[in-house]
Amino acid sequence: MTAMLHVEGLGKRFGGFVALDSIELEVQDGERLGLIGPNGSGKSTLVNCICGTLQNETGSVRFAGQALDGLSAHERTRRGLARSFQLPRPFGSLSLMDNLRIPILYTVNARGGGKAIGNEAIVARCRDLLGEVGLAAKADRLPRDLTQIEMRKLELARAMAAEPKLLIADEVMAGLSHNEVDEIIALLIRLNDQGVTVIMIEHIMRAVMEVSQRLAVLVAGRKIADGAPKDVVRDPEVVKAYLGE
Amino acid sequence: MRGVPFILCLIAAAAVIFACGRWINNSYAFFAAYVVVQYIVLGTAWNILGGYTGYVNFGVTAFFAIGAYSTVVLYKLVPALPLPVMVLIGGVMAGLVGLGTGYLTLRLRGVFFSIATLALAVVVQTLITNWDFVGGARGAYVLRPRVAPLIGGEYVQYLFLVMLGLCVIVLATARAIERSALGYGFTAIRDDEAAAEASGVPTLKLKLIATTLSGGFMGMAGAPLPYYVTYLDPASGFSLNYAVNAIAMPLIGGMNSWVGPIVGAVLVGGLQEYLRVTISSAVNVLVVGVLLVVFVIAAPQGIVGLFQRKK
Repeated sequence: MTAMLHVEGLGKRFGGFVALDSIELEVQDGERLGLIGPNGSGKSTLVNCICGTLQNETGSVRFAGQALDGLSAHERTRRGLARSFQLPRPFGSLSLMDNLRIPILYTVNARGGGKAIGNEAIVARCRDLLGEVGLAAKADRLPRDLTQIEMRKLELARAMAAEPKLLIADEVMAGLSHNEVDEIIALLIRLNDQGVTVIMIEHIMRAVMEVSQRLAVLVAGRKIADGAPKDVVRDPEVVKAYLGE
Repeated sequence: MRGVPFILCLIAAAAVIFACGRWINNSYAFFAAYVVVQYIVLGTAWNILGGYTGYVNFGVTAFFAIGAYSTVVLYKLVPALPLPVMVLIGGVMAGLVGLGTGYLTLRLRGVFFSIATLALAVVVQTLITNWDFVGGARGAYVLRPRVAPLIGGEYVQYLFLVMLGLCVIVLATARAIERSALGYGFTAIRDDEAAAEASGVPTLKLKLIATTLSGGFMGMAGAPLPYYVTYLDPASGFSLNYAVNAIAMPLIGGMNSWVGPIVGAVLVGGLQEYLRVTISSAVNVLVVGVLLVVFVIAAPQGIVGLFQRKK
């Protein structure tokens, strides 16, 4: 297996606050990585730096063998890096269908190679994706008609619509019921079986343990553990970070 | 309706309107109709950036006057140039300024972008006021030919025809944008720029396309102005009315559809012309103000929004 994502010495500061301090992270092609850490530990900042929403000050991000540094977020999405936002950010004036249409038009069709999909195929694809996250019945509704939980599902569907090689799911399960968590777990594993590498940021440990093949832990902007999930959760430093001494 | 039949319908509608004008054969009707059609063009142009993309441009007069003053320059240099060519050149000039402004200011968001465009209007006005070749603060006279080329009759009829043609082009463009990937991209930017980027939308590039198109069409709307007024000075070319109307008309008509600026321009522009004749020319600004307040409160989606299917 080759490294799909290679983060090297990545650092990010906000003023005097060090949000991320020389993070090293490698994700193999086809792997499912769980990323955990207490609130404010820099998980979302790391995602933002990997996806280009924020630009890191030091270090570099390599994806599928290419350096991403300096590339804007949309160029990274086109190269196959898709993410969902922790706080859902739907396109408020567009129907759910059209919310998914945007990444298809601008990512799948823009990658092209002369194989742009036509309108009917786009509609069918949007319906499939909405069906996968259980929103098919609301395809023509606006995001404001959705519950918070449904919005998270929409976030995930929109990231999937970009047909990524690497999907970063930023707390898509927060607030979901037991059954719904199971649904999303099944969905992520199904995607992974189709060849999509998955990074999952999550607080729900049941889901983390079920999905992750490997687990990395961030605390206060540093990576303190990385390895097999069972070993990591027993790591004394990780336990200390979560529970105190 | 698909693109080509739609354009044919637009052309047919424009032809009917023009034929009606010829039949009425009253030069005031042409002068009044010119203003309304000019505002359809200006409102639609503003709406490409303001309505579709969500960037509110207060600097309408800068682009409008660049179009107008490029005609003054061309009139002095090559007076024989046909008006449509002048319109095209005015549009290119304003479009380039739009591109430059966009490049400098689009890293600003929301109200900060709007303030920057306001500053642009002041800068351009200062430059024009101090440029002697185009008359500076004294203004410039542009003599209008007595007879219209090609169609005969009064020259104002020709001005109206040119503006009507421009209107067809601008409306066809706006509608084509709405139904294209470009339109979806604009909407994504308006709704959430970070999410648009994450979905692969090249936001900076799309915003530059929007500022260029919007600015260019505003310049085109302004290009025939010197021939319409025959005397152009900075105070009239940069009149606040243009900016206020160009923003108010899409807002009142509805900003999500190409129909909105038409409805707004016909309603507000028509009302203004009526009041200008019956009461006074100063009252029309008041009308816009009152209508704007009423619509922002009662119908934030504009008139078109009232009729659109409730989702």
